[in-house]
Amino acid sequence: MKAGANLYVGGGIILLIFLLAVFAPLIAPYDPVTSANLMYAEEPPGAQFWLGTDEQGRDIFSRIAYGARISLFIGLAVQVMNTAIGVSLGLSAGYIGGWWDEIVQGLTNLMLSIPTIVFALALMAILGPGLPSLLIALGMTDWAYSCRISRAQVLTQKSLNYVQSARTMGFGPLHVMFRELLPNISGPLIVVATMGVGSAIMAEASLSFLGLGVVPPNPSWGGMLSSAREQLMVAPWVAVFPGLALFAAVLGFNLLGDGLRDLLDPHGKGRK
Amino acid sequence: MIPAATPLLSVQGLKVHYAVRQGWRGKHFAVRAVDGVDLTLRAGECLGLVGESGCGKSSIAQALLGLVPATAGVIRLDGHEITGAAQVSAMALARSAQMVFQDPMSSLNPRQTIREILSAPLRLHGMTDRAEREARVAEMLGLVGMSPEVASRYPHEFSGGQRQRLCIARALILRPKLVICDEPVSALDVSIRAQIINLLLDLKDKLGLALLLISHDLGVVEHMSDRIAVMYLGRIVEEGGWREIFTAPSHPYTRALISAIPDPLHRDRVPARLGGEIPSPMAPPEGCAFNPRCPQALPQCQSGQVPDFTRLGADHQARCHLLKTGTSHA
Repeated sequence: MKAGANLYVGGGIILLIFLLAVFAPLIAPYDPVTSANLMYAEEPPGAQFWLGTDEQGRDIFSRIAYGARISLFIGLAVQVMNTAIGVSLGLSAGYIGGWWDEIVQGLTNLMLSIPTIVFALALMAILGPGLPSLLIALGMTDWAYSCRISRAQVLTQKSLNYVQSARTMGFGPLHVMFRELLPNISGPLIVVATMGVGSAIMAEASLSFLGLGVVPPNPSWGGMLSSAREQLMVAPWVAVFPGLALFAAVLGFNLLGDGLRDLLDPHGKGRK
Repeated sequence: MIPAATPLLSVQGLKVHYAVRQGWRGKHFAVRAVDGVDLTLRAGECLGLVGESGCGKSSIAQALLGLVPATAGVIRLDGHEITGAAQVSAMALARSAQMVFQDPMSSLNPRQTIREILSAPLRLHGMTDRAEREARVAEMLGLVGMSPEVASRYPHEFSGGQRQRLCIARALILRPKLVICDEPVSALDVSIRAQIINLLLDLKDKLGLALLLISHDLGVVEHMSDRIAVMYLGRIVEEGGWREIFTAPSHPYTRALISAIPDPLHRDRVPARLGGEIPSPMAPPEGCAFNPRCPQALPQCQSGQVPDFTRLGADHQARCHLLKTGTSHA
């Protein structure tokens, strides 16, 4: 695939999902929660229900549209939190060094050694299900990569003379880290953060699938997959369409991240 | 030479040691990058600090700018003390001393325009009026021979020589009295070097700047310096005025350095090349640090203390046992 194609295809997919989420009340033909009607349970896709109905007779397309709101919101919010934590830790560890670096590196290795989802599960079990605990559980567990990358980038940049020069001008460490260094290391971080949105959406779906995420009957893609599990043989569309939505969102963010990498890489041809 | 009232910069017994750990939880070693250096520098004067890489000249610069802590010694700059308890703030130091770095390519933040690079320090140091900052930026750009229009451009749009001019403009923006130039031309094309050297000399005369020129290139030092200090392995081995150093070099190391300057009039003359490399400052040789490479080493050079300075003239002294006979101690 050409360098630019990733960017446009990924961006296009994300834009579609974003529009679906924003205009869900206008697009969705039915209410995602109150339209339950057992008369229409497990209807296959057709003219009345575009993507069929679930076991309670709710329109799957409407639920996917509303679910996109949750998925996008959690994906972005979680990634903002993770990136903020990871960059702050990595930047300061790389710049200050010494004992602080040792502590941050130890913490990063600890986070990397425990699978994120297990960590999040444990936190959810303590905090209980619901949106706030979901944000905390996912937003504080997946910062290890952005931390590592920002630390490594800072190590290559901090010996450069523009950093020294800022120090001789009397600028303090906060200015040097966030005004001088951060703009120069942001390229790889944007790529990592974008791709991380996909995995955050996936993690939210996993938690919801396990019943620890968004509380039913509120629509979420993971929750829809979870309840579709029992009818997989008789009504596969109940599972297939939320799964496809999830697939599209993760693919979209990954393609967008790839495209941004090509665009932002100083050695790439995309940059003038 | 009668010293002017008070020198702008005076350094006494400066030591900069770095702690190095070998292996995990290994023993700590002290790298004695600078081990007892005295320097004085008057306003409007250029002091050339010469030595091979690894001799500690850049560590002196960093200690002067407060970038690394001095292990021992006293640095007085423009009436402020940089070391010890009565330490001056980083802000006040920034207004007194600035630096021009070796590599102009990495000295300017690639994500900031020239205007941002030049005016951010002014804002930090309390110049709140935008028009006033603009005027100072334009003035400094003019001073280094660039037009004020370049302010809105990014560093990558300039050549190496132009960038070094911009670095000089930045170093001068706070109107410091001392500018430390760490190999200011060694990363530049030979054709550009003369321009930058002459610019620095012009600015020195025009603004009454004191320059501390750090270089391994004696040709540049010969052209720019009023006084010269030759450094070897953390210590100054010879210092004196321009005339004394270049007409009567006394330390064997200085003589070897000077004979290595290419001389177009005597191309057949073979320079007295030094063998070997500078020893590790983690394990300096006993006695005179230069003894393993010295062509004239005496038995007493290989043990005991580092030789003291021998005063050779009003403004000329060197540390060498060869000079002791018949000359008074410093």
